[in-house]
Amino acid sequence: MNDKLYRIILFVAALAMPIVCGGVVYALVTDAYDAFEHFGFLNFITSSEWSYTEGAEQYGALPFITGTLMTTMLALLFCIPFSLPVALFVGEYFKGTKIASVLSTVTDLLAGIPSIIYGLWGFYTLRPIIMALNISPQGSGVLTASLVLAIMIVPYAASLSAEFIKMVPNDLKEGAYSLGATRAEVVRKVIFPVAGSGIFSSYVLAIGRALGETMTVTMLIGNTNNIPDSITSTGNSMASIIANQFGEADDLRLSSLIAIGLILFLITALINMVGKIMIKHARIA
Amino acid sequence: MKKIFKSIMTLTVAVAMVSCGGSATNGGREAQELSGAGATFPLPFYNVVFENFAQVNGDAVAYGGIGSGGGVRNLRDKIVDFAGSDAFLTDKEMTEMPPVVHVPTCMGAVVVAYNLDGVEDLKLTGEVVADIFAGEIKMWNDERLVALNPDVTLPAEAIIPVFRSDGSGTTFVFTDYLTKVSPMWKDKFGAGKSVNFPSGQAAKGNPGVAGVIKQTRNTIGYVGSEYAFAQKIPYATIRNQRGEFVAPDANSISAAASGAIPADTRCSITNSDAVGAYPISTFTWMIIYKEQNYSDRSKEQAAATLDLLKYILSDEAQSITSEVHYAPLPAKVKELSTANLKAVTYDGVAILQ
Repeated sequence: MNDKLYRIILFVAALAMPIVCGGVVYALVTDAYDAFEHFGFLNFITSSEWSYTEGAEQYGALPFITGTLMTTMLALLFCIPFSLPVALFVGEYFKGTKIASVLSTVTDLLAGIPSIIYGLWGFYTLRPIIMALNISPQGSGVLTASLVLAIMIVPYAASLSAEFIKMVPNDLKEGAYSLGATRAEVVRKVIFPVAGSGIFSSYVLAIGRALGETMTVTMLIGNTNNIPDSITSTGNSMASIIANQFGEADDLRLSSLIAIGLILFLITALINMVGKIMIKHARIA
Repeated sequence: MKKIFKSIMTLTVAVAMVSCGGSATNGGREAQELSGAGATFPLPFYNVVFENFAQVNGDAVAYGGIGSGGGVRNLRDKIVDFAGSDAFLTDKEMTEMPPVVHVPTCMGAVVVAYNLDGVEDLKLTGEVVADIFAGEIKMWNDERLVALNPDVTLPAEAIIPVFRSDGSGTTFVFTDYLTKVSPMWKDKFGAGKSVNFPSGQAAKGNPGVAGVIKQTRNTIGYVGSEYAFAQKIPYATIRNQRGEFVAPDANSISAAASGAIPADTRCSITNSDAVGAYPISTFTWMIIYKEQNYSDRSKEQAAATLDLLKYILSDEAQSITSEVHYAPLPAKVKELSTANLKAVTYDGVAILQ
């Protein structure tokens, strides 16, 4: 009797999540339908026009897709030199020592800081520095947003990478040492090839985190609806345009914003899926 | 305590969202809970007024600052008692819903704030502001700016315009003014809650724009007066239709409404031709349905809604405006609104006698 009850409870609980997820997709698709029908799907994602003129409204997602991809890729680039050393420090060089556990705890703490705090720090501390260095006159822009995003995703990339580095079998490393390899050679020739796909997948998951980041990007990217022409110019990401304009949007604009949300959802889902598959692959190997 | 206890006991009453307990000053009817949503611009004023109203009349008011557009949408969906809006409904919007009454609640302005080292007094005209935001005047030492400000040393730096990234009544009022004073602006950009500004950077909300201006040299942007006054950001004096350079304050903003106002109060008062008027001034409205019996609202709720509006138009509430950095309504506008409220009905019967 009890067994049966547990089964039912588990079944309902397990079923709830896919239903919620399906509901989200359904709501996004139905509400985005107007925009896709009006502009055409391909035209919607390739048009860079975001114009409110009544009667001749024109909404295209390209500037925001570009903004999101630019900030995410730059953030990834900036994040590697910080996260990879931390991962090697914790997972190989100082593996199991007290200092390594302190370092990994501190890094993980970064993940717990609310994004508004990162945004404020970027706005009041990093932006004036960017201005003082004469990198851009207004301080906000793709570069500023990417730098802060990079710090935000370091803990995601570092702690998972460290796990994969720890998992490299000692036999392999000892074998390399016995052949006279230096530590740097072991890292390059043994650890990276063996843990490579695991490390790669941890970065893929970090990208997934950066893609949807809203608050920080909205505060720092400058919020202009154009394709950024350089990394220092202002732009808008998919998440930030939704955050900015959802409140006052209706009809076609609302539908267009939801369509952008749907595209973001799909991109994030795809990237997470790739990450998950790669992790599975890494574990088997 | 009694109130809470009773509403728990009588579940049906609680479901109908009518709480119990009477108050003497509202003519003996039961205290109501009103809900409204809309413009964030008058929010600080509404917070004070609603609190006072709750003390005087016993009716509680919940107001969500979700933006003018959202407020009007909620009213159209008939899920609120009133909508707050910085823009009056267009004729087209009016045809899409049952008849409504607009009631101005207070006045504000949009100030042109700037951040320039060592410059404390900046004079601007509407045309110059339009050209700056259109990206046609690019440098602070542009000859047209120098001609307007002969006593000020303007730096040879690029101007960074700052505008709103979210749709906003503030943007509407500002661009409505630019549309009136600059044919170029009217052709290229027009007026709206969101406008395609060609250059500069954008930030969310008045705090966002004000923050960017405060933090960034050589910026210029437009900010709601209530916010600019409270934050003491430097702002420019603007030349009005009479050729006077006017700084925004309670008097100059109220003066903008001293001209002709239509009976339904749906009008833009930017670029006012009145003496001493600050040219980028605006009303903010509460919008209610003319027929108050909708969505199963009770007659008491309708009466409470009108009590609230009457209270806002009273001298007591209007005197609060300048304390919270807004401007009071001129007497004539209050008279018009009182007359409009008398036309509000419940089941076709006027509520106010």
